[in-house]
Amino acid sequence: MIKINSTIHRFLTDDALRTFPDECCGFLVGTETGEERVVEEIIVVNNAKDGDKRRRFEITPLDYLKAERAADEKNLLLLGVYHSHPNHPSVPSEHDRVVAQPYFSYVIVAVRENEFVSLQSWRLNDASQFEEEKVEGYLPESAESTPRPYPSSR
Amino acid sequence: MATIIIPTPLRKFTNQQNKVTVGGTTIKESIDELTLNFPDLKKNLIDEKGNLRSFVNIFVGDDDIRDLNEENTAVKAETVISIIPAIAGGSTDYENITFSKEEQARYNRHIIIPGFGLEAQKKLKAAKVLVVGSGGLGSPVLLYLAAAGVGNIGIVDFDVVDDSNLQRQVLFGVTEVGKSKVEAAKARIQSLNPHINDTTYNTQLTSKNALEIISQYDVVADGTDNFPTRYLVNDASVIAGKPNVYASIFQFEGQVSVFNYTNAKGETGPNYRDLYPTPPPPGLVPNCAEGGVLGVLPGIIGSLQANEVIKVITGVGETLSGRFFVFDALTFETRTLKISKQANTPVIKELIDYEQFCGVKAVEKKIKEISVDEFVQWQKSGEDIQVIDVREPAEYEQVNIGALLIPLATVAERAGEISRDKKVVVHCKLGGRSSKAIRELEEKFGFDNLYNLKGGITAVEQESDLLKAVNV
Repeated sequence: MIKINSTIHRFLTDDALRTFPDECCGFLVGTETGEERVVEEIIVVNNAKDGDKRRRFEITPLDYLKAERAADEKNLLLLGVYHSHPNHPSVPSEHDRVVAQPYFSYVIVAVRENEFVSLQSWRLNDASQFEEEKVEGYLPESAESTPRPYPSSR
Repeated sequence: MATIIIPTPLRKFTNQQNKVTVGGTTIKESIDELTLNFPDLKKNLIDEKGNLRSFVNIFVGDDDIRDLNEENTAVKAETVISIIPAIAGGSTDYENITFSKEEQARYNRHIIIPGFGLEAQKKLKAAKVLVVGSGGLGSPVLLYLAAAGVGNIGIVDFDVVDDSNLQRQVLFGVTEVGKSKVEAAKARIQSLNPHINDTTYNTQLTSKNALEIISQYDVVADGTDNFPTRYLVNDASVIAGKPNVYASIFQFEGQVSVFNYTNAKGETGPNYRDLYPTPPPPGLVPNCAEGGVLGVLPGIIGSLQANEVIKVITGVGETLSGRFFVFDALTFETRTLKISKQANTPVIKELIDYEQFCGVKAVEKKIKEISVDEFVQWQKSGEDIQVIDVREPAEYEQVNIGALLIPLATVAERAGEISRDKKVVVHCKLGGRSSKAIRELEEKFGFDNLYNLKGGITAVEQESDLLKAVNV
């Protein structure tokens, strides 16, 4: 389970909307107690993908290094990575899975132009398949921003 | 002894240690020692051939060893080595696409086009396209998209192949008559290209299922023949954020555009409602079944539509977004009109009842029909039938088959003159007006004994012998 409060949720959504139609990306930093993760802050990172950023993101190794150092300095953990899927469901693609790391939470924010659609978190299981991780702590600001029901699998 | 910084995802393999001290004089030696001490790390760092995995970066200080001496980069006591996992992802999969030898041979003429190449072909294979309607437009669209190697094609249609489809719906042949269109279409495109996946939806697209179906695709190609479905496809594409490659045909004219297309700058182009906020009054614009269509026209227009789908997927060229193409097959005149987003059109937030919105049914209930041949047989067999002509009096004077004249506009008020206890054959010039008359009589007065004469009096005239036969 991963806790994402409404402020963090807004940061994530804002980054996804601001970067639209490109994919945004960054890190989730926080604490972990047993199976419970709490996101304390996010580190926004430049999408370093050469070419079509609308369907791809890439984080440079140096940005990764900086993020891990920053987390260590604050005595927090690098819990995972977030990125957006513009005009696409918040479900990991095969490409997401192939390049995914164990342990990390992969938070995907689905957005359309000027509109938040849904947010889901995913983690690799021991068979290197994505399993959805429950997201807690987010209260929709209004009924209108409730995620639309996308099909749960591709 | 150098220090290796372990990245968070791999710390579970090092008993949660974030730093490990190792010996060795080169990166290779240090990493070997690390994986010797923590064997579980090995499969995450080293591939089957003993090389560093491509998604693992090794840094010495702030420098990538690829920029230094690779695995032979020297390691000293104060060296800080960082293992950095590559962090990447994305919503689609075209970069990982590979092609078999057969596919490479098949797509060679695409791959060798400058500016198209393997990259565009990968995008085609990764793409998911939903084709709504597998009729006149859907036929060339499906054939060309399948041939081009679009990897995932969805087909929505509820209809069954009919004799009258074969004049333009080149997906089908005589042996498919009576089969469901989606199944016949699937078989045809599989035989054309076995390297693609197709999903069939043998159902009518409705406000209930449209979002669920459309959200699973990247691009929608609208080849529908009626206004309720056209507005439904448009609105669902807008809500789901998908580009909608639109085409339509009528008699001798065809139209093509790309709606709701978001370009590289993030600007989304106009959609169908920016062009036509509301549908025309019911009955003003007939569909192919009522108004007819030149058979080759959907072949031309559907091919242009397939071309736009390929451009939308690959990003090659400039799409018709913001432009509206019109082709007149009779005069061979084409126009490309500029269209733009209208500020005052309401935001499309949810799907509505489109049949009510358009004042017509998306799918007309089938009416009973008879051919001229069958009509003659009925007459010859001496069966007692009533024949009604719903044309205008002037047309009746020119030629008639001795039917009772009840012009279309007056059928409701003169319904009492129409028999209920024997077969009634209704005709007009071509069969369009008579089908309307039958629908009106069935809906308003509950008639169930009405038969539309296929092809109307024109079909009768084409067989002068028959004209004589039925005119007796």
